[in-house]
Amino acid sequence: MRLAARTLVGICTSVGLLAGPAAAQQSITVAAFPAVDEIVRAALPAWQQLHPTVAVKVVSRELNDHHTAMTTALSTAVYLPDVMALEVGYLGRFAQGAGLEDLARPPYELRRYQARFVPYAFEQASTPAGAVLAVPTDIGPGTLLYRQDLLAKAGLGEANLTGSWEGYVAAGVKIKAATGAYLLAHARDMKDILIRTGIQPGEGMYFDKDSRPLVTTARFVRAFELARAVRQQKLDARVTAWSSDWSEGFKRGGVATQMSGAWLAGHLNNWLAPSTRGLWRAAQLPEGAFAAYGGTFFAIPRLADAANKPLAWQFIQLMTLNRARQLAAFKSQDAFPALLETYDDAFFDEPLAFLGGQRARRDWRTAAGQIRAVQVHKQDAFAREVIDTELDKVLERGKAIDRALADAQRLLQQRALR
Amino acid sequence: MKHLRLSPRWAPYALLAPFLLLFLVFGLFPLAFSLYLSFQSWEPTSGLAAMHYVGLDNFAFALRDEWFWKSLANTGWLALASGLPQHLVAIPLASFLHLGFKRWRNAVVGAYFLPYITSSVAIAILFSSLFSTDYGLINLLLALLREVPLLGALLPAQAVDWLNDPDALKPAISMIVFWRYVGFNVVLYLAALQTIPPDLYEAATMDGAGRLQQFFHITLPSIRPMIFFGVTLSVIGGLQLFEEPFILTGGKGGSDQAGMTAAVYLYRNAFDFNDFGAASAMSWLLFLVVALLTWLTNRAFRPRTR
Repeated sequence: MRLAARTLVGICTSVGLLAGPAAAQQSITVAAFPAVDEIVRAALPAWQQLHPTVAVKVVSRELNDHHTAMTTALSTAVYLPDVMALEVGYLGRFAQGAGLEDLARPPYELRRYQARFVPYAFEQASTPAGAVLAVPTDIGPGTLLYRQDLLAKAGLGEANLTGSWEGYVAAGVKIKAATGAYLLAHARDMKDILIRTGIQPGEGMYFDKDSRPLVTTARFVRAFELARAVRQQKLDARVTAWSSDWSEGFKRGGVATQMSGAWLAGHLNNWLAPSTRGLWRAAQLPEGAFAAYGGTFFAIPRLADAANKPLAWQFIQLMTLNRARQLAAFKSQDAFPALLETYDDAFFDEPLAFLGGQRARRDWRTAAGQIRAVQVHKQDAFAREVIDTELDKVLERGKAIDRALADAQRLLQQRALR
Repeated sequence: MKHLRLSPRWAPYALLAPFLLLFLVFGLFPLAFSLYLSFQSWEPTSGLAAMHYVGLDNFAFALRDEWFWKSLANTGWLALASGLPQHLVAIPLASFLHLGFKRWRNAVVGAYFLPYITSSVAIAILFSSLFSTDYGLINLLLALLREVPLLGALLPAQAVDWLNDPDALKPAISMIVFWRYVGFNVVLYLAALQTIPPDLYEAATMDGAGRLQQFFHITLPSIRPMIFFGVTLSVIGGLQLFEEPFILTGGKGGSDQAGMTAAVYLYRNAFDFNDFGAASAMSWLLFLVVALLTWLTNRAFRPRTR
């Protein structure tokens, strides 16, 4: 019996010794949020071919939780991942601090690759001081999705929607009268697109480069006026994005148009309203406007394990500079590529069944090239909240637009430099 | 065989050590760190070294911040609208259950208590569907009631936009909070009612006192300490209200911040707006408000001496 036990211990020890080198295998951690985590996992076989001895651990959390966890990790330098995915809406607050590697500096020298990316996306991750804190991986070119059947019922065509913003609202009146459907889900959507258009180079959406609020400028006034016109004529369903009423509105044909990122067509097709396949079409935004909705970036935390940084950088290069990986993400998750050299792929010319066979990816590609970079600011999230609140007061309580914007300006001034 | 023996002198410390350790790590340290942070300006994504002392600047900012006052006003409104009815309903309900459900009392109490132990996320998701403007059951029920003569005239003429209309959001949140915690208070008052000697009621009955007289002259004075306890819990809980408004408004506070309580606002200041200094200052100001109102509650329930 003793002999057997001794033999067993010997075997275990030998196996342990043999397994030693494998146990010492290097690994990097990638922190991401839904959809991006799937894209990262799908890239792992390609990574393993390049680095058979380096494992990749993917840590995935819900979008808000992920960014909260990343804030905590950066603030304490505990449980820092080697690679961090960032959604564009959160980029401002992460870019403000000194927690991310400046990828423009050696050994990364990201500016060498700048011409390979969609210009606005690359600029968005750059600071006024010239640092580049993240690499764009996917973008969200804005598009106008509309129900072709409802337009036809109202005797309208695409040109009625896209000629001008006033024409878009007038078309909404006819759609409502002929079909009962609302022009759009919420008047706020109108404001969201209009404040994104006409931004001057070097400006942010809400603040200029010196952190002065811009919310009393003409683009905010016009955005508020058109949103108010929509509400006054009862053209919006008054439902917020991603609510159950919002998705029901799409399923039941209660909403005729939706301005959003190109990725929404994929969401509508896959889970929001698959039964409406073939009824939707995509167009450029009204009045020749081009705007971005969403986008994802990869960054390296400055205080992450220095030994892993070269591998982290190689991983980011695989995800962002590799044509095959970018196209794979586009095909599987509707992640519109930020890498320009994918734009000649035949996939862009394929008809989309959900959009009645329309070759909409070509239009989205055109839009991607036209969008201007918008400087991000630490207080963008707060500014957005303030503007939404003031718009609600205009829409719900009849507050005068100039007073609403002046109040917003005052609140933003208090916070701009905090 | 030698046993490990603990000297009687050290035994209390050893036995208390696990609690003390947990309290230090998860209780005292966060409190102290939050107090420290309230005097600092900090860009959290730059690491702990990025803090710098700003004195009372965060407190001054909090006191000047319109949204902080708005969130405090929301908190007060919600605490009152959800807290007061909890007790006004729980006390007579507990009396009724105490007298009327001898055998099935525990089952009925269990049913009332169920919302209290149900996950807040599940509750908020369920109520989000119930409060849906076009497809929700509550508006459907209101539409049916509108058909009833007389009653219909008292109800809103159109479907209520519960979660987007600032005027409807607060009542919607209050309804959920009331529904959730009324059972907890019923259990408290039932426990108190069981301590009242039955002899008192027998004597009162013999003296010709009716049910209502017994309720006001025996039941209410006897459960006064429990009312004090329950109201104090409601005041503290109401002023710290977070989960229900947070989940119901998608973490944003709702249209016109009508559902943004002080707890939600200070969380948002820290994690949405990255201003941990202001958030910490606000949390200490909120603590002062809670302490003041708890002291006032204590004064209100103090035994009167003639």
